[in-house]
Parts: sequence; structure tokens; C-alpha cells
Amino acid sequence: MRHLCGIVALLLAGSAAAAELHVAVAANFLDPLQKLTPIYQRASGHRLLPSAGATGQLYAQIQQGAPFDVFLSADRERPQQLETAGLTVAGTRFTYATGRLVLWSSKAGALGSDGAAFLKGGGYRFLAIANPETAPYGLAAQQVLQKLRLWDVLNDQKKLVTGESIAQTRQFAATGNADAAFIAVSQVIKPDGSFEGSSWLPPAELYEPIDQDAVLLARSTEQVAARDFLRWLRSDAEALKIIRAAGYIVKP
Amino acid sequence: MAGFATGDLTALLTSFRLALLSTALLLVLCTPLAWWLATTRSRLKPWIETIATMPLVLPPTVLGFYLLSVLGPNGWIGGLSMALGGAPLAFTFTGLVIGSLIYSLPFVLQPLQASFQATGTRVIEVAATLRATPLDAFLRVVLPLSRRGYLTAAVLAFAHTLGEFGVILMIGGNIPGRTQVASIALFNHVESLDYAAAHRLALTLLVLCFVLLLTLHLANRRERTVGVAL
Repeated sequence: MRHLCGIVALLLAGSAAAAELHVAVAANFLDPLQKLTPIYQRASGHRLLPSAGATGQLYAQIQQGAPFDVFLSADRERPQQLETAGLTVAGTRFTYATGRLVLWSSKAGALGSDGAAFLKGGGYRFLAIANPETAPYGLAAQQVLQKLRLWDVLNDQKKLVTGESIAQTRQFAATGNADAAFIAVSQVIKPDGSFEGSSWLPPAELYEPIDQDAVLLARSTEQVAARDFLRWLRSDAEALKIIRAAGYIVKP
Repeated sequence: MAGFATGDLTALLTSFRLALLSTALLLVLCTPLAWWLATTRSRLKPWIETIATMPLVLPPTVLGFYLLSVLGPNGWIGGLSMALGGAPLAFTFTGLVIGSLIYSLPFVLQPLQASFQATGTRVIEVAATLRATPLDAFLRVVLPLSRRGYLTAAVLAFAHTLGEFGVILMIGGNIPGRTQVASIALFNHVESLDYAAAHRLALTLLVLCFVLLLTLHLANRRERTVGVAL
């Protein structure tokens, strides 16, 4: 009976000011967002409806007038370009998470202790990266390989296979078809902070920071609720804890 | 072909190589199967027909995901290939051919089966009274009578493989000159917002497929008139 009352109260509270927020979210952040959703819904009464995709795809859809309220991008450029095009609400853009790149193999011990040495050793048939032209983690992977002077070599040897998203890139390595893959830490981190398989974290100086920006979209019909969600995402202690546990860096 | 990015021409050639090889292999492989399906009274027939139609129904990405598992080092085809001294087949041209064979199978099997059914077994019996062996009768009577079926099958398989996308996206790995086909190159152009390059490639594919299908329909019309005259 108390449960029932609770539910009724929630429904009533919900119907008073509840908004439905359509969130366009980069595929790498879908998992954390799904963990954040029930907590935010309890706190605010607003519903979050995520649409996940590659950042480039979401960007194109927003340009074409897709009905999203908030855009959680995997990079800074796309939200910036939308801002320049006047499709966002000025002053709402901020970095909600900074992604970390990882070289990952599904086999334990496959990478040895030094991933750079593994990459240079060349004892592998295929190395998977996400498409550098569309996926920020793919671009970061390209930067690492360029710094290690391996980019041209691996291209010539046709050892690089490209996934359309980091989800597909992970799949290439998870099925054992690629020996290793450059993907996001958030994809392979376990709740206790350790990794599955074997992994190597390239030093931060080998690639540009993967700053992921959030922005409120101008065509949103739920401006107040959307602002509230972005403020919560930026400052709520529990939210920040979940984002960090998912393998991201949150800058103060 | 002026105005193409260098990679696009390579991708188109890869597409053609793939379509040509898959079509040729399918015509050969499907002939006995289609004949069997057209003439058998076996209880297995509906089962085989169902399995052979599945590629029409399954989303290409699902098909591609299964193939990725099966062709890889832990899958049975990939494992078989390794046992025979080869390598796993994902991200290779051979892997794409295997994928295309499955993906385009119904487009060859159905026209052939329909055409064999129309011909019937009676012609073989008649040929037998003229002392033709069954194989002889098949090669000299059934095949020529089924040329419209073969033409349809060939064009459909070729065009369908040319337009193949989802399966290749999953098992190709987008390697230029090897597994990057025209449809994938086109997708990459769209993804990186290079719409001009995408338009050029899309238009090329569109025109090619239009010409192919038009040829088929024109040829089929001529066959029909010839058939009546005979």
C-alpha cells in the first residue's frame, strides 16, 4: 500500500512539471547516461529519452532539424559548429566528460607490458580503429599511431581495419578478428575499475584530449527542463561519480 | 571518370570484382540446387527453401554479425581455413565473397528454380527417348530453355552484390583496395559530410544499376518475341 501511494505520488508529481527530454548521445556515453537516467528522473521528475549514434551522424541529423533537446557529443568541434550555425542556445556549451583512449585486446596478456612495443613489434594481423574522419576516438588513435611513426607503415601493410563507430571497433577485437583495437576506456572498464582482457593506456601526450561537449539545442521545446538537466549533469556529485567510474575524466 | 577521388575508383573496381566473382560462383553453385528443388518431391524441400530464403529476411547487419563470428579465428569457417593452412577470413576479399554468396543466394536460386519448374522434367523424358543421357538432356535442352532464368539470375545477383552494404560494413573492415567497396566509400563520404563526392559516387552506382536492369528487361522482351516466333 505504501508502495502504491509512493507510485501515485510520483505520478502526480511527475505530471505536474514533467518534461520529456530527447537526448542525442554519442555512442560511447550511452552506457553512463543509462545509469544516470533513473537517478535524474527520481530527482527531477523529467524523463530522459536517449538516441545514441555516432557523433557525426547525430550532428547531421541535428542540422536537418532532428527533434532533440540536448546534444551530448563525443567531441568539441561538432557542438561548436552547431553553435556557429545558430542551432544551439548561446552559453550552454560545456565539457561534460573527457574520454580516455585505450589499446585493448580480448586476450589476457596479448599486449605485454608495453603497448607501444607491441604496436611497433608488428606481430599482429589486424589492428582496429574507429573511422578517424567521423569518430573522435578514431582520430585520437590516428594521432597515437602518427606519434609512434606507425601510421603510414600500418596503412601500407593494410593492417588497419576501420569500424564505423567505436562500438563496431570493439566488436572487431571482441570476436578475435582484430588482434587489438583502439577504443574508449568506458567500453572495457569493469565496475571495480579494472579492465577485461589486456589493455594499454597511451600516455596523454600522444593524443589531443578527447573533450566531449554538451549543448542545449535551440529548437528544444523544453528549454527549462533541458537547462536543469545540463546543470545537474555538470554539478551533481552523484552524477560526477558515475561519469568518473565509467572511465572518464571530469575536469573541475 | 574525371572528378573521382582516387580511392573511389579503386572502390568501384573492388565492387565490380566482387559482384562478378559472386555472380559466376552463384550461377554454378545454384544450378544443381535449383534443379533439385524444381523436381524433387522430398519432404526436405520446404525446409531447404526456407533456409535459402532467409538472407532475404535477415537484416544485413545481423547476417554480417554472424559472419564476423563464423569467419573469425574462433568461428568454424575461420577455423577450417586456418586448419587448411590459411588465415581467418574476416577483413579479406575472400571473406567478402563468402558473405556475398550467402547474401545474394535467393536472387539466383529463385529465378533458376522458377525457370526449371516451367521447363519441367518432361523434356528430359522426351530427350531420353532420343537416347540422350540425363546430363546430356540437361545441358542441351534444359539449359538453353532456361536462358531467361539465367539472365535474370545473373543480373539480379550482380546488381544486388554491387549494392551490398550492411554485410560488408560488418565483415570488411574498410581496407582500401581490398575490402572497401563503392557502397562503403559512399557511406564514408556522407559520414564525413563530403556530400559532393558522395553524390558523384551515388550517381555512378545509380546509373550503372539502371543500365543493368534496363538491359535485363529489354533482353527479356526480345526473348519473349523470339520465343513466340519459334
